[in-house]
Amino acid sequence: MAELQLREAIREAMSEEMRRDENVFLMGEEVAEYNGAYKVSKGMLDEFGPDRVIDTPISELGFAGLGIGAAMNGLRPIIEFMTWNFSFVAFDQVVNNAANIRYMSGGQFGTPIVFRGPNGAAGQLAATHSNSVEAIYANFPGLKVISVSNPDDAKGLLKSAVRDDDPVLFLESEQMYGLKGEVSDDEDYTLPIGKARVARTGGDVTIVAHNKSYWLAMDAAEQLAERGYEAEVIDPRTIKPLDIETIVESVVKTNRLVIVDESNPFTSFASEVSQQVQERAFDYLDAPVTRVTAADTPAPYAPNLYEAYMPSAEETVEACLSVLYADA
Amino acid sequence: MASSKEVAEESNAQDAANDAPAGDGVAEDTPKGPWTEQSITIPSGPITAEYTFNTYPADAYTHEDIGADEDALLEMFRSMMLQRRFEERCRQQYQKQNISGFLHLYIGQEAVSTGSVHAIRLGEDSVITAYRDHGIGLAMGMEPGPAMAELFGKGTGSSRGKGGSMHFFDQEQRLFGGHGIVGAHVPLGAGIAFAHKYRGEDNVCLCFLGDGAVHQGAFHEALNLASLYDLPLVTIIENNQYAMGTAVDRAAAETDLFKQALSYDMPSSLVSGMDVFSMSKAVQEHAEMARNGQPSLLEVRTYRYQGHSISDPASYRKEGELDDRKSEDAIVRLQRYLTENDIATDDELDAIDDELKQIVLDAIAFAEESDFPDESELYDHVYAQDDYAFLK
Repeated sequence: MAELQLREAIREAMSEEMRRDENVFLMGEEVAEYNGAYKVSKGMLDEFGPDRVIDTPISELGFAGLGIGAAMNGLRPIIEFMTWNFSFVAFDQVVNNAANIRYMSGGQFGTPIVFRGPNGAAGQLAATHSNSVEAIYANFPGLKVISVSNPDDAKGLLKSAVRDDDPVLFLESEQMYGLKGEVSDDEDYTLPIGKARVARTGGDVTIVAHNKSYWLAMDAAEQLAERGYEAEVIDPRTIKPLDIETIVESVVKTNRLVIVDESNPFTSFASEVSQQVQERAFDYLDAPVTRVTAADTPAPYAPNLYEAYMPSAEETVEACLSVLYADA
Repeated sequence: MASSKEVAEESNAQDAANDAPAGDGVAEDTPKGPWTEQSITIPSGPITAEYTFNTYPADAYTHEDIGADEDALLEMFRSMMLQRRFEERCRQQYQKQNISGFLHLYIGQEAVSTGSVHAIRLGEDSVITAYRDHGIGLAMGMEPGPAMAELFGKGTGSSRGKGGSMHFFDQEQRLFGGHGIVGAHVPLGAGIAFAHKYRGEDNVCLCFLGDGAVHQGAFHEALNLASLYDLPLVTIIENNQYAMGTAVDRAAAETDLFKQALSYDMPSSLVSGMDVFSMSKAVQEHAEMARNGQPSLLEVRTYRYQGHSISDPASYRKEGELDDRKSEDAIVRLQRYLTENDIATDDELDAIDDELKQIVLDAIAFAEESDFPDESELYDHVYAQDDYAFLK
């Protein structure tokens, strides 16, 4: 084990996979000479050279599509979006090409490709730079969506994503790139896609939270513990396929569910978890499934508006107390 | 582990140290990169430039010019005639409601597919096209039976009934589709070429698109990347004069589509798509450029005899236009060449035609006799792993 920042864990996963398999390459804006807009790929140009760590023009549609074509023709591209906000100009490539080619070719061609980059709000960047994309992309059959909250999961899941034969969207976070944690240094360290992690056990309320929201949930769980309530915190780690069994198992025990998700609330990941839980565990619920999300507005710039927009640990505590029918 | 607040603070400190988002004006370290090659000192003008575009007109080449022996010539005839007979029957089968969905016919453009296939190393080089894809599929050797069965939506179809008319694929012959969104496959073509180059192979990718796709950003982004990375890509615009019902001169500010290559610093030629020899010659020369690391553009002028799709009567055409264009017909042109040069007699060509008509009837019989896919196949091929977690 070694203590690594999230960015270092991601870099290590990519570098190890590139050493293992020469068909793996990294392409994106500023990934090579600039060493990564967020220094995720720092030093990779030096190690792997310009044929495998490739700078692109600001042309997401073009290089996302190029990656898909390369994947159809036998390579395993890692395509970096500087942020997932910029994936929208490549949306058709991801949802219509990467997702559908295996199906509409009757299995003749696959698209083993990883699209990765930071997702969600990252401070006062305002509306266009603060989107959360997990629900949108997870809606499309053919895609897998991973969203990580810590360096160790990032390494294990990114390596699995690169080795996966299907298109995988890997969501990181600008604000967590500096987050440190113990990370396996096993070169074959992989984590299964589609498996949640029970991060904290408790019998009173289940909190499901991914990516940055996971840390809000853990914070809220500590605050609840001070008041005598034990929350069970589940990090789904994979948005699609969703490990609903682990969540349902917990709800059967706690009878209460709060989902923290910094996306906008309408048709969000939180909505999907809520729906699946009521379908599978309706009789076990002692309170309505409750969501803690961003406001249903574009992300604002002003600091006070931004704070009001984002979900918080305090709101999570309140939501948990509410489903516990406890005094706030 | 850090709390959420600490996470944010730690990361903000990192941001200040390392993570200045691109373009925010925060200078990094000491400058060490090279100067940009471009000067910002403006020369006194005007700036003039002269460009050369090769042309490959019809009736300009003999079969020797394209390296085709008599067998190859007859094979070309068979290829073009098969496409035409196949699609004439497609039209009929659509009317009989054996084919559903969209059906875009290629009739009139057969020299483009056949000439291109003749010019490449079939099975080693790669090809990708748009939704008017039956012609190139058959020219590349797709079996008529599974091709017709795909149109019928049968489980024996080339894409197991999952793709239909717009999504013909052939992994063995390296046909990468069959793509339904106008222009969206052009970046895939660049990526297929990229993989050839990445592995150090001597192969190229031909990427076909229609005149309508030239106005999509995908086309321009792909050409820029292909040129920037010196990809072995030949981008071939099949300008059949109409993007659905919109004539090229109503859609293009610059109707000489071959000039688009100027923006991407790549060679470009203008080709007759009504002569299979011209097509082969052009693609041979441009594929050779690609093998030497030079991507290029071809604009092929051709004509689609049918409407955009089966439901389009093409009433937007001016009277007489279709008949005039048909006088350039590529199959008739090749027939004439073969008979005038004593390579084949009319009777021999008629016999080939009869044989092809029967092959198409057999394909229809194969499609009719085949079953629709089993309903359980709905969930197959969504992912590589068949029993994927959330699938039924």
